[in-house]
Amino acid sequence: MLKLWIDNQVVEVEEGTSVLEAARKLGIDIPTLCYLKDLNAPAACRVCLVQVEGRPTLDASCILPAQEGMRVHTNTSAVLAARKQMIELFLSDHPFECLTCERNLNCELQRLAKRYGIRDLTVAGSRNHFALDDLSPSVVREPDKCVRCRRCVAVCEYFQSVGIYRMVERSFKAIVGPAYNGSLMETPCIYCGQCITVCPTGALREQDSTAAVWEALQDPDLHVIVQTAPAIRASIGEEFGYPVGTLVTGQMVAALRRLGFDRVFDDCFGADVTVMEEAKELMERLESGGPFPQFTSCCPSWVRFCESFYPQFINNLSEVKSPQQIFGALAKTYYAQQAGINPENIFCVSVMPCVSKKYELLRPEMKASGFQDVDAELTTREFAQMLFQAGIDLKKLPEEEFDSPLGYASGAGVIFGATGGVMEAALRTVYEWVTGKELIDVEYHEVRALEYKDAEIEMGKHRLKVAVARGTGAARRLIEAVLKQQKEYHFVEVMACPAGCVGGGGQPIYIETNDWNEQVAHRSRRAEGLYQQDRLKKHRKSHENPAVIRLYEDFLGHPGSPLAHRLLHTGYNARRLYSPEPILTKAKT
Amino acid sequence: MFSKRRSEEMAPVDTLWEELKHAHIASPAERWILLCGGLPCSSTSCCEVKKATQDELDKHRLSLEIKEIGCIGDCSEGPTIIVYPEGVIYRKLKPDLAREIIREHVKAGNIVERLLRGDPEPREELRRREKMPFYRRQSRLVLRNCEVVKPDIEDYMKHRGYSALAYVLSQMTPEQVIKQVKLSGLRGRGGGGFPTGLKWEHMLGSPGEEKYVICNGDEGDPGAFMDRNLLEGDPHSVLEGMIIAGYATGAGQGFIYVRAEYPLAVRRSMQAIEQARENNLLGEDILQTGFSFDVELRTGAGAFVCGEETALISSLQGSRGDPEPRPPFPVQSGLWNLPTLINNVETLANIPIILLCGADSFAKIGTAGSRGTKVFALAGKVRHTGLVEVPFGTTLREIIYKIGGGIPGDKTFKAAQTGGPSGGCLGEQHLDLPLDYDSLLDIGSMIGSGGLIIMDEDTCMVDIARYYLDFTQDESCGKCTPCRVGTKRLLEILTRITHGEGQEDDLERLEYWGRLIKNTALCGLGRSAANPVLSTLRYFKSEYVAHIRDHYCPAGVCERLNRPRINQEICRACGLCARICEAAAISGSKETGYRIDPALCTACQRCLEECPFEAITGGEKVHA
Repeated sequence: MLKLWIDNQVVEVEEGTSVLEAARKLGIDIPTLCYLKDLNAPAACRVCLVQVEGRPTLDASCILPAQEGMRVHTNTSAVLAARKQMIELFLSDHPFECLTCERNLNCELQRLAKRYGIRDLTVAGSRNHFALDDLSPSVVREPDKCVRCRRCVAVCEYFQSVGIYRMVERSFKAIVGPAYNGSLMETPCIYCGQCITVCPTGALREQDSTAAVWEALQDPDLHVIVQTAPAIRASIGEEFGYPVGTLVTGQMVAALRRLGFDRVFDDCFGADVTVMEEAKELMERLESGGPFPQFTSCCPSWVRFCESFYPQFINNLSEVKSPQQIFGALAKTYYAQQAGINPENIFCVSVMPCVSKKYELLRPEMKASGFQDVDAELTTREFAQMLFQAGIDLKKLPEEEFDSPLGYASGAGVIFGATGGVMEAALRTVYEWVTGKELIDVEYHEVRALEYKDAEIEMGKHRLKVAVARGTGAARRLIEAVLKQQKEYHFVEVMACPAGCVGGGGQPIYIETNDWNEQVAHRSRRAEGLYQQDRLKKHRKSHENPAVIRLYEDFLGHPGSPLAHRLLHTGYNARRLYSPEPILTKAKT
Repeated sequence: MFSKRRSEEMAPVDTLWEELKHAHIASPAERWILLCGGLPCSSTSCCEVKKATQDELDKHRLSLEIKEIGCIGDCSEGPTIIVYPEGVIYRKLKPDLAREIIREHVKAGNIVERLLRGDPEPREELRRREKMPFYRRQSRLVLRNCEVVKPDIEDYMKHRGYSALAYVLSQMTPEQVIKQVKLSGLRGRGGGGFPTGLKWEHMLGSPGEEKYVICNGDEGDPGAFMDRNLLEGDPHSVLEGMIIAGYATGAGQGFIYVRAEYPLAVRRSMQAIEQARENNLLGEDILQTGFSFDVELRTGAGAFVCGEETALISSLQGSRGDPEPRPPFPVQSGLWNLPTLINNVETLANIPIILLCGADSFAKIGTAGSRGTKVFALAGKVRHTGLVEVPFGTTLREIIYKIGGGIPGDKTFKAAQTGGPSGGCLGEQHLDLPLDYDSLLDIGSMIGSGGLIIMDEDTCMVDIARYYLDFTQDESCGKCTPCRVGTKRLLEILTRITHGEGQEDDLERLEYWGRLIKNTALCGLGRSAANPVLSTLRYFKSEYVAHIRDHYCPAGVCERLNRPRINQEICRACGLCARICEAAAISGSKETGYRIDPALCTACQRCLEECPFEAITGGEKVHA
């Protein structure tokens, strides 16, 4: 422990603590912009400046190690003026489009400007103008609003190990972007959208789908249906002032009805079907001896990561589609048939915590019904935006039920939104199918992982080796361990986002902390809501869901049937990185 | 080649010291032909001169060796040949002139007076190298080999090359070496001026499985070329310094980082590394002493910021050359997070000298805080440009007027810019200031890597500040806000001042933002970027005021502020110009003469065209 003085208050901290963190211990909030503790500290923005006695210049407190006897001042007039000038410098190269910016009132730069009372810029000059990159199906990059904090660089490099972003150019023109400041579309970007969630300003955002959905809702000839991902019910409340993790399933359904959707269905039903097919596939692999590990394929970002960086493993990806696409395929076949509606007139919308789903639904394989299975995807943020536009206050709505037949889900389907959830849901079914015994304690806490966790599960004659990875960075470490034969698994779940889908790139953006781990903890709390709903469900295993049982009896036959194969299974492409001809081998469709 | 005993045969220190001090002006007894093969001379057809010389020698069956050396330092006058033992220097040669020299001088023994070019000084002083003031007044220690020794291991060894290393490896412990370097008072020659011995001591005490020594040859200051010259002319000195540094600090691997724009330096350094390996001076078990050290060469892509040590490390690791915050310092955690010692080329070249002659002799030169000599790259408005090595404490006046031969065209000295884009401008009042690290810092400039650009009355100081800031802004890596945006704003203010659009409070603004950038930027580049602005503001404020208030550039450099002027010596005060001036910018009387008010003048040029005595000049029309 060492002792130092900050603003004449004494504080004791451990060696290696930064002055910024030491000040926080005293309740002194030093402003930051680029800093995201434990993920990004390039000391680039120079907003967290402090004066240390005996040092000739001001120092960035985020990377300045606390030293014994150090005397730090965080509020001298020189420090305050310098911070203010740094913010002014940012603003002097900023488009001032706050009123029309997606991040209006939720922007860290805007907050700093307010906090330091900036009324009039004392410095002005020319501004950068970069091309808007809206070519990718998921992520839109508006470099004019970029503050060069490099958080997107860090999350892409260290958390995802994808490394799309770098600094390009130098001097005043220096900007964060993909190679040669090209389009994200030309890169192996996995479209996870984590860069959006850490961006302090509106330089990164999702492709807008609200306009298309509004248009469909207004079209009298279209039968517009919606599916909601598990994570939405535990996160949309945040946008309306509920505490994080509050479950608002009933109000959410009511809100969607009031927006004008003809039917409101539950994507967790699709998840239950995914479990049925994926469990069946795992049993087949166990019987035929592989190939192992079987990787889950619910997360389109992970699938794209595997196709791009480990194409040798594409046969290990479960060939079962993600719940969104299973739902889409069933909606335009099974549901259309049941309801007697021409599938041509069905417009299928999904509400997801994800920006990658916007890309997934456009994959050419996703036309099993003969039409594009899912027509548009809304992120949680876009969904909230539509509710604001329509003047619908979630807090004032009654609780309503999902429509049938695609609206009833088991607890297993609900926990898909949490990391380890897909694994846990599958295990509940696989256990009973393999052993023929009833599973009493359905909660597999050993796979509720935050980063990378493995376990061995007793299952009759099999000892199933399973693992859960959160983030493609963790997935890369796992695959490398498998390649080096240090690890061996039967079944692996990978989700690209921290804490799973509840921490997805399409979720409400939380700027109240500059600590990455606190960010992740905040997102994990949403998963609590999902586990809570699981506990309340009568049916907690997918194969016991009566709606699923009816689907197989009336339509599909049995898991793995030829019709199930045609509608619910898919194939993958090996991809080249940064190539005009990106696809090496085409997926079988 | 060496034995451990060799060190005992070394000459007594004092004699050696005297010998080294005069090495650069001592003429060898036998006949030699020395050809400057530095980069500037190579680019002015020294190859053809060399070929012609060789042809002519062959024709006359003269078996003389032409020594192609690194660089003589007198770069404005190349290609150059020196013929020994007379030490006669022939400059600005052409192939046929070189042939004539061989015929007349080398064969027949008659100095070709006709070809002794240059200055209106006494001939005798001019033609013999050791008598030329440009050389005689220098103390060429670091550069001693560049003019007499081929950049080749055999020749280097003949001139006591690698004897310091042999002595160190056989007779000294690392601690003793560091003690010597500390005693010598050597400070980093790359710009920072950090005490070298202290850095080495930190490095020795820094734990790490592996340690590295990096030779920083990323010389990026406009106009500076001492590192290039050393690597081209005396690469083995630098290498020897590196190996000693490796031994003293416990490093096993070294890297020479040179910019790729220095192809000759790259080639010669590579050759030096290979030759050293062949002679067991690099690699495993050097000179059978059990010490192992190897060196590799890496080229940089020429970004100025890569001279900053953390950016250099990023670049060496294959990443973009972005600076990282310090601490941790490279000696604690540098290349691949291991302890790394980074020394400049010139610093390392000083090491063999210190160990050969002893720290005491070395510490006798220079000033109290700055020991030894410094190589300056003298350029700009001075008669002799090129590399100048002088002891610390030498005055600007000595360098400009005694060594450099003064300002050409009888113009007046206005300013000297030291330290490149990170340094500042000194004025006339500093001509007698002894130059060293601390004296320059006190007046808001720095030694830097040793760029020294002389400016005369025709230089506009606002334009100079703008030029340097344009350079640093362009070379900013763009990482931290004050450097990326702040320098851009400063540059915009300076640009508008030179365009005549300056505002009354711009001076305050420049001062304020300049200090702010200095106080808040991440690395040395940003922290010193405003120096040229701040120092010109301090010493040449009136020029700024003239630009802003009178829309007038006193030096007549800023194109848009160039107004016609009346030459009072020619003017007969007829008053015609005042009568025809539509802007009413010309006023005066028969008695006082006439003047043009630059603030009112529109540069229409009518007065210039109509003046019957052609007394009005300047003010070319600006095409905006």
